[in-house]
Amino acid sequence: MLNQYETVFITTPVLSDAQMKEAVGKFKDLITSNGCELIHEENWGLKKLAYPIQKKSTGFYQLLEFKADPAFIGKLEIEFRRDERIIRFITVKLEKYAAEYAEKRRKKINAKTQSEN
Amino acid sequence: MSTNSSEIRYLTPPSVEVKKKKYCRFKKNGIKYVDYKDPEFLKKFLNEQGKILPRRITGTSLKYQRKVSQAIKRSRMIALLPYVTDLFK
Repeated sequence: MLNQYETVFITTPVLSDAQMKEAVGKFKDLITSNGCELIHEENWGLKKLAYPIQKKSTGFYQLLEFKADPAFIGKLEIEFRRDERIIRFITVKLEKYAAEYAEKRRKKINAKTQSEN
Repeated sequence: MSTNSSEIRYLTPPSVEVKKKKYCRFKKNGIKYVDYKDPEFLKKFLNEQGKILPRRITGTSLKYQRKVSQAIKRSRMIALLPYVTDLFK
């Protein structure tokens, strides 16, 4: 049974743009390759952290929303822990109301991006 | 002599604190999910030091206070909100 999850992770600011894309791409492929469906992804870019993590005060934020079966989440988290470029991550299961909220948020963002370009 | 001593005139009328009825903003606006990703909304539930405000101040109901505190703790984990801060955030 596929549950809906959303994960936010922070990569170190030391990375060059290419490395950062490669890191994000690695996790996106991990998700799509294991028979899970990537619904939405957002890049909040470089943001200031509220407190220094590993002596760094800024980081690249990335949000991934996907549907996966619960067994896959364990693998994903091990991958997150193993990768040094990721300094912090959180995966959250979206229940009914959370999924509705995420749906509405996605519509708003898509509408905004359409209106921009 | 005794009349004016009893009736004390204040310069400014003493403003009695009108008791405004506290309400749970989540029930009123029908918010069902507290998102841990937008710190601006969660800041309303933190005091200057970044600590979570108690229900008796914010007036939220128990069910939503738990959701708010869980969301705040999650956003603290991903450094959107500080654990402790002294300056007014």
